Amino acid sequence: MKVLLCISHVPDTTSRIRFVNNQTQFDTTDVQYIISPYDELSLTRLLEIKEANNDLDITIITVGNADVEATMRKALAIGADDAIRVDAEPVDALFVAKQIAEVARTRNFDFIMTGKESIDHTGNQVGEMVAEFLDMPSVSSAAWLEIEANKGIITREMDGGKEVVEVKFPFVVSGQKGIAKEPRIPNMRGIMNSRKKSLEVVPAVAQDTVSVISHYELPAPKGKCKMIPADNAAELVRLLHEEAKVI
Amino acid sequence: MSVLVYTENWDGRFKKSTYELVSYAKAIATELKLPLVALSIGNVSEAEFSKLELYGADKLVLVNTEKLHTFVAQAYTHTVYQVAKAENASVLLFNNNYTGRSLAPRLSVKLNAGTATGVVKLPASYAPFIVRKSIYTGKAFADVELLSAVKILTLNQNSFEIRENATGAKVEVREVEVLDKHLAAMPTKVEKASGKMNLTDAEIVISGGRGLKGPENWGMVEELADLLGAGTACSRPVADSEWRPHHEHVGQTGKVVRPNLYIAIGISGAIQHLAGVNSSKVLVAINNDPEAPFFEAADYGIVGDAFAVVPKIIDAVKAMKASH
Repeated sequence: MKVLLCISHVPDTTSRIRFVNNQTQFDTTDVQYIISPYDELSLTRLLEIKEANNDLDITIITVGNADVEATMRKALAIGADDAIRVDAEPVDALFVAKQIAEVARTRNFDFIMTGKESIDHTGNQVGEMVAEFLDMPSVSSAAWLEIEANKGIITREMDGGKEVVEVKFPFVVSGQKGIAKEPRIPNMRGIMNSRKKSLEVVPAVAQDTVSVISHYELPAPKGKCKMIPADNAAELVRLLHEEAKVI
Repeated sequence: MSVLVYTENWDGRFKKSTYELVSYAKAIATELKLPLVALSIGNVSEAEFSKLELYGADKLVLVNTEKLHTFVAQAYTHTVYQVAKAENASVLLFNNNYTGRSLAPRLSVKLNAGTATGVVKLPASYAPFIVRKSIYTGKAFADVELLSAVKILTLNQNSFEIRENATGAKVEVREVEVLDKHLAAMPTKVEKASGKMNLTDAEIVISGGRGLKGPENWGMVEELADLLGAGTACSRPVADSEWRPHHEHVGQTGKVVRPNLYIAIGISGAIQHLAGVNSSKVLVAINNDPEAPFFEAADYGIVGDAFAVVPKIIDAVKAMKASH
């Protein structure tokens, strides 16, 4: 069986978010890039499936310039089999989804997986867009995934409720927290092996740009925290009621 | 042309976020001088759907086909698409929730439309069409310009106030084409959340962290939550240690909440946790460590032992309730 896993290259969750060039560009100074956490958890679940049934080829795909290759190599070191980089600046979600759909169209994957969302633009769009480009069913926010001979069995979790979906190949699934317990860390052997794995670079296909970011802004700075003495906790209740008017 | 708003139902009912969305859509429709069409799919009564005229819907289109009583992304997309075409919709609006985040991207492909997910206010301008959305899990905002003829927005909860704007519109039941191949991902089992407050809908959230020392100490968190009609949440280490269920985990890799009031008890305030809560209107931190980073983000703070402070707060809330 073959799966295509979409990997996003995003700033580490502890990054200070700042902007430059008159607030039109993300400031990459001192920013560490990582595999987006939901993509990493999805990869971990796919490796568990691969190890259980010994029949799953995991190809990862990222749309980006050469800078993203370090992140892709990390996914190969963790255990993905090979990689495809679409060589283009990711303009917007529709552009990215179109690239992934075009690669998938010609290579017959049994299913396609994404993380629930990338933690940078948190758009949560690419998976469903790929599914629509390919006219495939999709199941989003999967908290569990099993793969059988010709289908996926997926548990979706939304706001404490649950749904179980059985869907035949091909389909698109997006993984959220719960899909795997802890992301895997590459070991030395994995890192060595990853250098020998294929990382194919393919050109982008044309797609209209439908959205651009014209300006970034940070939230207004918070006023000073009003401290209340611990022995007068009742004062907090009074302030929340009379001043903040939230209770 | 028109503005189309998709109004999701939960067991045939709407939520506060639905009314926020319709009010928001009306403000856009008014600005563009276009009629506002509300679309509901599923088992909704005409009486319930009629309520949306109160918030400004000029036309109420109900698709109540039995095949569409359960949400399936492909089939619902095809339905919204047919109605959007019939109504010549130039702006489509959804709540930024599970359903909206499935439908909006798919329709973006079908309509070659630019999409902004998680918008937080009305567009700053309409030509060019520029709207502000939340990014980096609430750590920043981006102004997005949508360049396409059709635009799609998903609205964050608690970002727009409900406005009444009665139109007297009547419900129109419409038939649509439903293709069997679009029902391939139909759930075989649906388990609704038990009577508990849905965290993302809660106006007040009481959240506990490692400072509470163990799951046996959540009694006071739940008591305070019950008193205030609040939802309960927790930090990541608490969910990872299985002291509390994963769906209560709030933060960058858990849920993002935007309540009016978020009270963090024994949570130090790691940047990943703050990302999930910093759109809350009022933040309260209770922590025995005066250096806890949460105090930099909070509006009100108490440095002290949670086991001494929280019972006092509970007593004060009880006293406040008794005097009203």
